[in-house]
Amino acid sequence: MTRYIFQRVIYMLLTLFIIASISFFLMKFLPGTPLNVENKLSPEQQEIILEKYGLNDPLPVQYFNYMAGLVQGDLGISFHFDSTPVSDILLGRIGPSALLGAQSLLVGTVLGILLGLVAAINHNGIMDYTSTLISVLGKSIPSFVFAGLLQLVFAVQLGWLPVALWGEFKHTILPTIALMIFPLATAARFTRTEMLEVLGSDFITTARAKGVNEFGIVFKHGLRNALIPLITVIGPMAVSLMTGTLVIEQIFGVPGIGEQFVTSVMVVDYPIIMGTTLLFAVLFVVIILVIDLLYGIIDPRIRLAGGEK
Amino acid sequence: MRKSNWLLLVLALVLSMFLVACSGGEDTDDTTSDDTNTSDEGNSEENAGDGEQVFNFLNGDTIPSMDPNMVTDTYGIEFTTHTMEGLYRLGEDSLPVEGIAIDHEVSDDATVWTFNLREDAEWSNGDPVTAHDFVYSWRRAVDPDTGSEYGPYMMGGVLENATEINAGEMAIEELGVEADGDYTLVVTLEKPVPYFESLTTFPTYFPLNEEFTEEQGDDFATSTDTLLFNGPFTLENWDSVASEWEIVKNENYWDAETVQLDKITYQVMKEIQPQIDLYEQGEVDRAGISSDFVDEYSTHEDYQITPEMSVFYMKFNQTRNEALDNVNIRKAISKGYNKNALVDTILNNGSIVATGLMPADFAPHPETGETFRELNGDLVEFDAEEAQQLWEKGLEELGEESVEIEYLTDDSETAKNQSEYIKNQLETNLPGLTVTLKQVPFEQRLDLDTAMDYDIQAAGWGPDYLDPNTFLDLWVTDGPNNYMGYSNPEYDALIEEAANELALEPVERYNAFLEAEQMLFEDAAIAPTYQRARAQLIAPKVQGVQTNPFGSDYEYKWAYAAE
Repeated sequence: MTRYIFQRVIYMLLTLFIIASISFFLMKFLPGTPLNVENKLSPEQQEIILEKYGLNDPLPVQYFNYMAGLVQGDLGISFHFDSTPVSDILLGRIGPSALLGAQSLLVGTVLGILLGLVAAINHNGIMDYTSTLISVLGKSIPSFVFAGLLQLVFAVQLGWLPVALWGEFKHTILPTIALMIFPLATAARFTRTEMLEVLGSDFITTARAKGVNEFGIVFKHGLRNALIPLITVIGPMAVSLMTGTLVIEQIFGVPGIGEQFVTSVMVVDYPIIMGTTLLFAVLFVVIILVIDLLYGIIDPRIRLAGGEK
Repeated sequence: MRKSNWLLLVLALVLSMFLVACSGGEDTDDTTSDDTNTSDEGNSEENAGDGEQVFNFLNGDTIPSMDPNMVTDTYGIEFTTHTMEGLYRLGEDSLPVEGIAIDHEVSDDATVWTFNLREDAEWSNGDPVTAHDFVYSWRRAVDPDTGSEYGPYMMGGVLENATEINAGEMAIEELGVEADGDYTLVVTLEKPVPYFESLTTFPTYFPLNEEFTEEQGDDFATSTDTLLFNGPFTLENWDSVASEWEIVKNENYWDAETVQLDKITYQVMKEIQPQIDLYEQGEVDRAGISSDFVDEYSTHEDYQITPEMSVFYMKFNQTRNEALDNVNIRKAISKGYNKNALVDTILNNGSIVATGLMPADFAPHPETGETFRELNGDLVEFDAEEAQQLWEKGLEELGEESVEIEYLTDDSETAKNQSEYIKNQLETNLPGLTVTLKQVPFEQRLDLDTAMDYDIQAAGWGPDYLDPNTFLDLWVTDGPNNYMGYSNPEYDALIEEAANELALEPVERYNAFLEAEQMLFEDAAIAPTYQRARAQLIAPKVQGVQTNPFGSDYEYKWAYAAE
């Protein structure tokens, strides 16, 4: 097991290195310079400023310098927020995004599983159809449409919750609901399909024959097996939440990282673009690793290489 | 069969619920906005009940920097201006009034300006604001190691040796600014600069406390704790990533008794719809209105339009497409699209038609006070018939039946709508013309501009100081913003004269500018389209706020909350 984890971590670092390299060169293809008023400066004046930031060096040199800094954990200094370290900006911004992401993933998945479960037990009943409808709507209507509806109904008309802005728990409720629709729909669909399959399989019939009560059938034998495929989609779901927050943060005025990423691309702030890309990349590979490890815990049949030792 | 019926029924039910919710939403929206209006008043009474001098505003973005030498963006410029002060400040009618300087004398050749500073101005740490603070800050702004963009732009060619110092050819001590004692600042200019007074109101020219700034090093101006203030307000609870902060009355400001506001709170909100919702709920005292919301809110009692000094126009590149080298073709295009319809239906936010380069209400005549636009009149107006005649003449000269021209614009929603409209107008009014649209992100447009890789480009400009020169020196031969191959020696001569021989003759100099603008349009070098305006909902209690043609958009020194 340790060897397996060690191996995976090495692969992870390799993946990150490749992502960092590719993004670095792709980013350099962005039009424009990090200068804010380049249209007001003569080419000579622009040169002087670019020189100061080391942007006149040949690309391989810039790449080497950046990677050397990265290895030492130095993400560089932002151009746009002058002289503010990228890490400060990322740290200052990650909180709200992480909170929204975690809240919506948790609540969305739990509710989704329950919904899927009810649907499967009540197969072809009215609950089943309701659940399917919610899933279809949840998957097909983009989260920003929900966000707008939620704002209109719960904030503008009913006045129960704040329209937007950030600060207290009540500010997180509407964005969380808007974001959780997608994980909820995904989880509901998967749980329903898997539950139906599991409930129809032989070992359930056996369990029934042995007199296991319905509760035990559903939760102990059924759900546990049905959840395995769901874990596979939680990874991509978490990642899609990261990008989903991008729009939601904008609509609700949440000072999060997704919004920062968009701004940094607009103003060609190289260090921030790299910083946020790498942050997303790290989260992504870590989530994938965690999920692979979770498999082993949930399903004893999947034991990882060398695990027996 | 039964099952699918069920499904249909449920589907229909849910759908109708959605429809009801949506249409009901619009219906009740109107009534609730009335409701919230009344409760809004209730709220503001609550807030302003004890005559509290507080505004609650939204800001379109975070403040990326508060270093006055470094700021380039709207918010950096605005908040440094609220919390700091240079030699002068833009007062009523945007004319420079007393700041840290009480007055100044100008030498006979107008190149040496001696400013007398007040002795009662203090930094927020208690240090006095002295002439040395200006010397330190101005040197820092042109120092190539600082990496300031506005430093070389606002000071180069103005302060003696600024350009050479920025290029690393001279020591920063050679800059034309010296302290004569603690309260006299002697400034030597490269040549007479008639608008120098207005330049000193701009953040790049603000003073900095050397000891404090050096002590903070790289951390300087990255948070409230690493800033010093000498302006009407102090900035509280701010750092680079802050999404809310306040400006609070600075009791140590030399003119604190003029300042009536106690506090303005800010929260970052980029989107327009939530801004309006928050305004309607009485949470905030001002909200922006974009074109798509104007129809809905233009009848709102708090709807206000503020003209801006930014002018948008077409640049004709005379070097790439042969057709645009022909003056009649350029004239035909200039006159060939209906700008009124563009402003009224596409922009629809109070923007007005531009008929010259100089915006309306900018740069009054030094003696009569009439504005530049009034004096030079409408130089380019829509006239389909004349445009067509010019077009045919142009085609004949070219020996062509038809012409294809590329039109380069930004890729924002409004830019796209505008370019579609203009394409349609031009192709209808000028037979034989095909316009191909090229829509790219802003940064890319600037690259294509510099490379002169376009035929016609939609561009814009706002003033950097209070003088016609800020718009007119863009178009001199090989000027840093020309990038369209326009060259007219007579035009160059007029601008050159205004900058040198006529620098001390305000009226003659002004006349040279008037003539230069006329010449620009005789040559049809560019085609003016519109002057931008800002539509907003502003609470009635917000009073005394000034808007400026350059520098900070708003000035709150004289603002107050009405009962």
